[in-house]
Amino acid sequence: MDEVTGEVMGEVMVKAEQVWKSFGQLEVLKGIDLEVRNGEVVCVIGPSGSGKSTFLRCLNHLEKINAGRLWVNGQLMGYRQRGDKLHELREKEVAAQRRDIGMVFQRFNLFPHMTALENVVEAPIRVKRQAKASAMERGRELLTRVGLGDRCDSYPSQLSGGQQQRVAIARALAMEPKLMLFDEPTSALDPELVGEVLGVMRELALDGMTMVVVTHEMGFAREVADRVVFMDGGVVVEEGPPSQVIGDPKHERTRAFLSRVLRPED
Amino acid sequence: MTEKQGNRPGLIRAVPVRHPGRWVAAAVIVVLAAMLVNNIVTNTAYNWAEQWKYFLSPPVLNGVRNTIWLTLVAMVGGVLFGIVLALMRLSPNPLMRGASWLYLWVFRGTPLYTQLLIWGNIGALFPKLGLGIPFGPEFVTAQTNALYSAAMAAALGLVLNEAAYMAEIIRAGILSVDPGQNEASQALGMTRMQTMRRVVLPQAMRVIVPPTGNEAISMLKNTSLVAAVPYLELTFTAQTIYASTYQVIPMLVMVCIWYLILSSLMMVGQYYLERHYARGSQQSRMGLRARMSRIGGAP
Ligand SMILES: Nc1ncnc2c1ncn2[C@@H]1O[C@H](COP(=O)(O)OP(=O)(O)O)[C@@H](O)[C@H]1O
Ligand SMILES: [Mg+2]
Repeated sequence: MDEVTGEVMGEVMVKAEQVWKSFGQLEVLKGIDLEVRNGEVVCVIGPSGSGKSTFLRCLNHLEKINAGRLWVNGQLMGYRQRGDKLHELREKEVAAQRRDIGMVFQRFNLFPHMTALENVVEAPIRVKRQAKASAMERGRELLTRVGLGDRCDSYPSQLSGGQQQRVAIARALAMEPKLMLFDEPTSALDPELVGEVLGVMRELALDGMTMVVVTHEMGFAREVADRVVFMDGGVVVEEGPPSQVIGDPKHERTRAFLSRVLRPED
Repeated sequence: MTEKQGNRPGLIRAVPVRHPGRWVAAAVIVVLAAMLVNNIVTNTAYNWAEQWKYFLSPPVLNGVRNTIWLTLVAMVGGVLFGIVLALMRLSPNPLMRGASWLYLWVFRGTPLYTQLLIWGNIGALFPKLGLGIPFGPEFVTAQTNALYSAAMAAALGLVLNEAAYMAEIIRAGILSVDPGQNEASQALGMTRMQTMRRVVLPQAMRVIVPPTGNEAISMLKNTSLVAAVPYLELTFTAQTIYASTYQVIPMLVMVCIWYLILSSLMMVGQYYLERHYARGSQQSRMGLRARMSRIGGAP
């Protein structure tokens, strides 16, 4: 039952046990084991196609895993265990689990027909049934916190990529998540806009948010991550503190990857 | 900056390209227009006085009202049922998909006029309507023709046909929305229904509204086919009038003028609707002229 694991986990936010995932014949995740503790920032690095996005999407059950178990915040994601049988959760129950998990996408995925503020308050009002006035007030606060207090009424198409991504972060934070997932949040940005988004993420980390960040920004991983996970070919090859995984990698595959992505300033 | 600035060269005054084709076309059009005006003014068969006599007469106004009512009911019903059919076609359930596909196959594969004839004569197929258990006892029964008026037959026929076309328009609209939108709202904990209503459909509207406006204008004209039922809309009204006055052309021209007035009003409505659903997109900053030419409202 869920409660048993919840008790055992205590301060563990994410626990993945032998997570396997395939799309048809293509095996993408081949037994991922990972733990993220409360307040920890974990950066996931690895070559393109290694399954990083897929793993993040499994964490909030946007993808169904084929084998293994995945707990977030003490809850088994997507299923209820009775004896040794798993029962699929109903759509509403899955939606309820996702409320506690914020997600930020590479391509922002803001709602283009809504203003920045409307984007931020949509889920609090519709999903959490918050009163409109208080949700708006909180939404303004959040947009101010990401440096966009003066852009509440702008539509996404009127904002730069960096501003859109900061709105997307505010939108996720509006649900007061216990865990934030970032899937290459700066990869679609012009280089001069990367810093403003990383700055917001850095502050979020300092505030104690639990974060799993897929990124190619090695400087950010070094400075902010408590732990770095290197994935390749659907498995975790190496994990540890950034100074070790980025500074002094043990595995040949990690070294080969880093030599391709590290820039002199990292 | 300033020290690099040289003397400004003389402005370009080039000889523009000549367009002799335009002048030829203009001459042809002017001649044709003059012939038409001459015909309208001198040909007594138009009988403008007769047209004006009937233009605002009670039977014609009744026909106009029925045409507007039918167009409205057929479009609203067609859109609502079309949404259901579109969602069925996009459903993961193969039975739903198959049923929707079969419906579209039948209603798009047969002529509307024939369908309307069938709905007008449905009493012959089902003489009695009843409420009960399928293949079991019936609790209430009534004569079909007592429950079912010509207006209902006309509306039903148009709704069922329009739904098949709207389903495809709506499906294309839903598919045009970036799948990332779905993921973003699901990740926020929204249900599939909430996602559809709040996120996907409003964006799909941008793709759905322009062809739907065209459908509505077609519908305005297709209502003339319910003479098959028969039902007294604008065209059938004109036919009943000229059956006794023998003023065929004046009545038909008068009806055309009415259709033009109504379709022009609909184009204006379409413009504002499109503008509403273009919120937040590049198109919302496009000029009026460009938009009108897209919906065929202005050259
Ligand atoms: N929905 C999907 N259907 C089929 N294949 C997919 C799907 N999503 C991802 N893949 C495949 O899974 C592999 C891993 O993808 P992804 O998790 O996006 O890698 P990464 O984020 O590390 O670049 C890729 O080969 C990709 O083509
Ligand atoms: Mg990826």
